[in-house]
Amino acid sequence: MNFQQSLTQNQFTITTEIGPPKGTDTSEMLAQASKIKDRVHAMNVTDNQSSIMRLGSLAACHLLKEQGIDPIYQLTCRDRNRLALQSDLLSASALGLRNVLALTGDHPQVGDHPQAKPVFDVDSTQLLQIIGRLNEGRDLSTQFMNKPLTEGTALKGKTDLFPGAVVCPEANPIKPQLLRFSKKVVAGAKFFQTQAIYDFEKFENFMKYARDLGAKILAGILLLRSAGMARYLNKNVPGIMVPDHLIKEMESSAHPLETGIKIAARQISQLKGICNGVHIMAIGLEDKVLDILDEAGI
Amino acid sequence: MIIAEQKEISEIINMVGDHRKILVIGCDTCVTVCLSGGAKEVAILASALRLAFRVQGKQVEVNETTIERQCEIEFVDSLESMAKDKDLLISMGCGIGVQTIAERFFHLPVVPALNTKFLGLPEKQGVWVERCQACGQCVLDKTGGICPISRCSKSLLNGPCGGSQNGKCEINDEIDCAWHLIYERLKALNRLECLEEIMPVKDWSTSRDGGPRKMIREDMCL
Repeated sequence: MNFQQSLTQNQFTITTEIGPPKGTDTSEMLAQASKIKDRVHAMNVTDNQSSIMRLGSLAACHLLKEQGIDPIYQLTCRDRNRLALQSDLLSASALGLRNVLALTGDHPQVGDHPQAKPVFDVDSTQLLQIIGRLNEGRDLSTQFMNKPLTEGTALKGKTDLFPGAVVCPEANPIKPQLLRFSKKVVAGAKFFQTQAIYDFEKFENFMKYARDLGAKILAGILLLRSAGMARYLNKNVPGIMVPDHLIKEMESSAHPLETGIKIAARQISQLKGICNGVHIMAIGLEDKVLDILDEAGI
Repeated sequence: MIIAEQKEISEIINMVGDHRKILVIGCDTCVTVCLSGGAKEVAILASALRLAFRVQGKQVEVNETTIERQCEIEFVDSLESMAKDKDLLISMGCGIGVQTIAERFFHLPVVPALNTKFLGLPEKQGVWVERCQACGQCVLDKTGGICPISRCSKSLLNGPCGGSQNGKCEINDEIDCAWHLIYERLKALNRLECLEEIMPVKDWSTSRDGGPRKMIREDMCL
């Protein structure tokens, strides 16, 4: 069962993510992916994640698909204007890709080319609208999104994309984020993956809001491998806030990675029944996703 | 106003090269207010250059003057008598001033002593902040008088990104999240409904992205 079917049939859906290499050697990425492919519904492929230049997500998605994996094509607005975004979406569709995660993208200043000129021609909400438009068989040409869909140029073959987006339920304050979240639902996001979840009370409140909007939510689970990593994430990765008690739990462990796996599995168990699935981020240790799922009994 | 800051003195000395008769030109408008290119800064730069050239054992004549506005040809015209025997003009105006002088004195080299930074205001003594990117299509009516184009690091139009935390930007926590400010202000104005509608993709052709811009008012043309 593929990702879209799993979500549509309200099954607890498991996704994970894989980062393409910095370079052209995809062997390790593909080896990691093939180890876990039977245990997850889909695999996100990150798009120059954290503004660090890597092999493209479109090419990596295509390679994963050739291995029988259902990829989720992450597409950010940071590096592409509306021509490039639409063109890449057509390319994705032509290569048989279906799932697209529309992201604004981190700012180049947080990455390894901080002097780059960022694009941000459109934002992620508008990107979702663009995907909807391409699915209707029209592009954005010569007019703007506030005009009726009948305008724009008709495509020779429309896309068949399943668009998703991200939301940050741990954001503080949460209200401005919720407004943007609602807009993304209206703009056509069929599923949401969240940044790493740690505050379950806050997340349950968020889920009440999400359920009212009919949004399908996959909660983010991030595998911690050390206390140092948690501190690094808190300091450097936008939107991640690992709480002190987990950092302490990692710190006092003789086998921090095993503890990280247990924490992740515990979180998944807690989330079952609350949301539509989980999105596991193992950041380079993708094969450990198997251990997390074993530990969680999934 | 236009905010600018002076280049390093070593870079300015480098730009002078082998020129021997120099005029340092200040501007009485924006760069005077932002303390980077007014009469006072002109005097300081001219003195520093004289000192530097004396130390280097070079015979360089450094004159100085400040005009009302370097961005208006009528004021730049008034430089004629001082500029005519010079072999280099140093503008302490913004990039517009440098170019107005270059256009007016076609056969004289002119170099910039300032880096033009942005359109903004002094937030407090010694601190200047950006407020406008001259995008050519103002949306301040919809965003509570706070500009998402110039103040959001990503110029987003539909709310804060996931990097907004505790009202601060993901780039660094010294930068306010523009969408946090917009939210708080619209809440205070009881106009949060402004944020419910999706803002359509922006027409960037009126911004710098449409190429060099020009404005013509037929009613004002002679």
